[in-house]
Amino acid sequence: MSKILMKGNEAVAEAAIRAGCRLYFAYPITPQSELIEYMAKMMPKVNGTFLQAESEVSAINMVYGAAGAGKRVMTSSSSPGIALKMEGVSYMAGAELPAVIINVQRGGPGLGDIQPSQGDYFQATKGGGHGDYRMIVLAPSSVQEFADMAAEAFDLADKYRNPVMILADGMLGQMMEPVEFKPAKTQEEIDALGNIHNSWCICPNEDGDAKHHHEINSLEIDPSVLEKHVNELYEKYGRIERDEVRFDTYNVSDDNEILCVAWGTASRIVKSAINELTAQGKSVGLIRPITCWPFPYEAVAEAIGPKVRKVYVFELNTGQMLDDVKIAVQGKVPVTFWGKVGGIVFTPAEIKEKLEACF
Amino acid sequence: MEVIAKRPESLTKTPFTYCPGCLHGVAHRLIAEAIDEQGLINKMAGVAPVGCSVFAYKFFNFDMAQAAHGRAPAVATGIKRARPDMHVFAYQGDGDLAAIGTAEIVHAANRGEHISVFFVNNAIYGMTGGQMAPTTLPDMKTTTSPYGRKVDDIGYPIRVCELLATLVAPYYIERVSLLSPAEIIKAKKAVSKAIQYNKEGRGFTFIEFVSTCPTNWGFDPVKSRDWARENMLPFYKPGVFRDKGEGVE
Repeated sequence: MSKILMKGNEAVAEAAIRAGCRLYFAYPITPQSELIEYMAKMMPKVNGTFLQAESEVSAINMVYGAAGAGKRVMTSSSSPGIALKMEGVSYMAGAELPAVIINVQRGGPGLGDIQPSQGDYFQATKGGGHGDYRMIVLAPSSVQEFADMAAEAFDLADKYRNPVMILADGMLGQMMEPVEFKPAKTQEEIDALGNIHNSWCICPNEDGDAKHHHEINSLEIDPSVLEKHVNELYEKYGRIERDEVRFDTYNVSDDNEILCVAWGTASRIVKSAINELTAQGKSVGLIRPITCWPFPYEAVAEAIGPKVRKVYVFELNTGQMLDDVKIAVQGKVPVTFWGKVGGIVFTPAEIKEKLEACF
Repeated sequence: MEVIAKRPESLTKTPFTYCPGCLHGVAHRLIAEAIDEQGLINKMAGVAPVGCSVFAYKFFNFDMAQAAHGRAPAVATGIKRARPDMHVFAYQGDGDLAAIGTAEIVHAANRGEHISVFFVNNAIYGMTGGQMAPTTLPDMKTTTSPYGRKVDDIGYPIRVCELLATLVAPYYIERVSLLSPAEIIKAKKAVSKAIQYNKEGRGFTFIEFVSTCPTNWGFDPVKSRDWARENMLPFYKPGVFRDKGEGVE
């Protein structure tokens, strides 16, 4: 299939539809508006549901209902709107519901601005909603990867009955790049996917079957029952941490004197700087977490080569993933951070300058 | 032996957790009977709220979702859109529906969402211990209006049926009371009509039950009903506010 030049916001929407998503509930917000508009245009053409909710809160609760009915469902928003959805994410984690949430991050805190930011790393990976839960968080760094993550996010959500977030930003949402789509699922495949959860979800009783009573619920008023439930979730999160860590490395070798850690948009800028430094004979490696949760702690530790003098973290925030990198490095080498905020994206020249100062 | 009364199939055998004299059990039974009569038990789904009826998901004998506070109409919307072949209702109290969930109920009604909403109004937050509700009557004392609801300060109670009846889309809106056997029989007819309309895919249907809270009002069940008749019904007048099936616009 040929490549199409597309904005990230539209590419991920198209990829979600191809992955069998037939229900989408959301509320407009910049810089993800192309996503909701694409869904408004395309969902009716595939007999899907597009519903513009009255609020982010309502949208995520519609997602809760549709996920509770066992169907592939998605919502999207940008940072302030994602904050409003976090109550619903906690309920979905508690009720073990599969759904995909896309955050096209913008500057914060508060209303912030509408430029790219990575300020929601903590919100996505360290809670966001209340209670003791985890959400799988996938961080793309190109339009192609953003699109590819739609199907992966739905598969992970279905596999673990857990909400999955794609943590993009205004750069990835707005930027146009060539993208190649996977073949769309057939109606038969979509119908089959729509029934994989019938052992627990809200669904009709089929003729002749024993009558069921399925409960979509996160309430356990008996502390001993809730304790058991949370421990079961904890066990599930352990399996995800064991089996689903994803990361990418670039120019990592035993010659590295600096190891960079960066995710999403920040990582591709760091790559450009590394290319320039390589031409100068300076060896700098990069490890890029693709899953922000589960975080690739072991992979970061293993990527620290014998000559590495410093681990350098670059983010479009004031240092959030930095905490996870420090946990991974465990004080073995110094960890330094530099970032830009306010929706301003650093340039390869700025990163190169920071790295050159280390030599 | 002839069976003249039995537990509706649409109720589980789980004992209700409601206080003595509470009318939630009556409302549950009316809904369950109507679902039985329409033969919908195998295609029914319900949404339980936060509040005294939070455990409704244990009481109804079909698939149920428990919703966050106020969000039942949004959850019901998600279920209905995902499973259009099923019939969906939400069950809500007054704090849930008319305070924290005001946006959800107004917009579900405004979309003409093909769900039924059953709204139990007893003018107080029951489960949390008797705080002021959006439906608490003027000068009525609660734990958070200990000197009575001062309308100059906190405003007047909200009449939800009247509010929703300003919208074009809703198909059927009726307020009934549960204060006497005769009124319960009348309420049953309204519930049956709502479930029948739901079955027929007519649109958004809404039933408000004027109810009581003996525990938090501090009256016995009989006096609670007398108090409700004297104080609730003049403000929350029973009646049909919309019935497109009967030409009431």
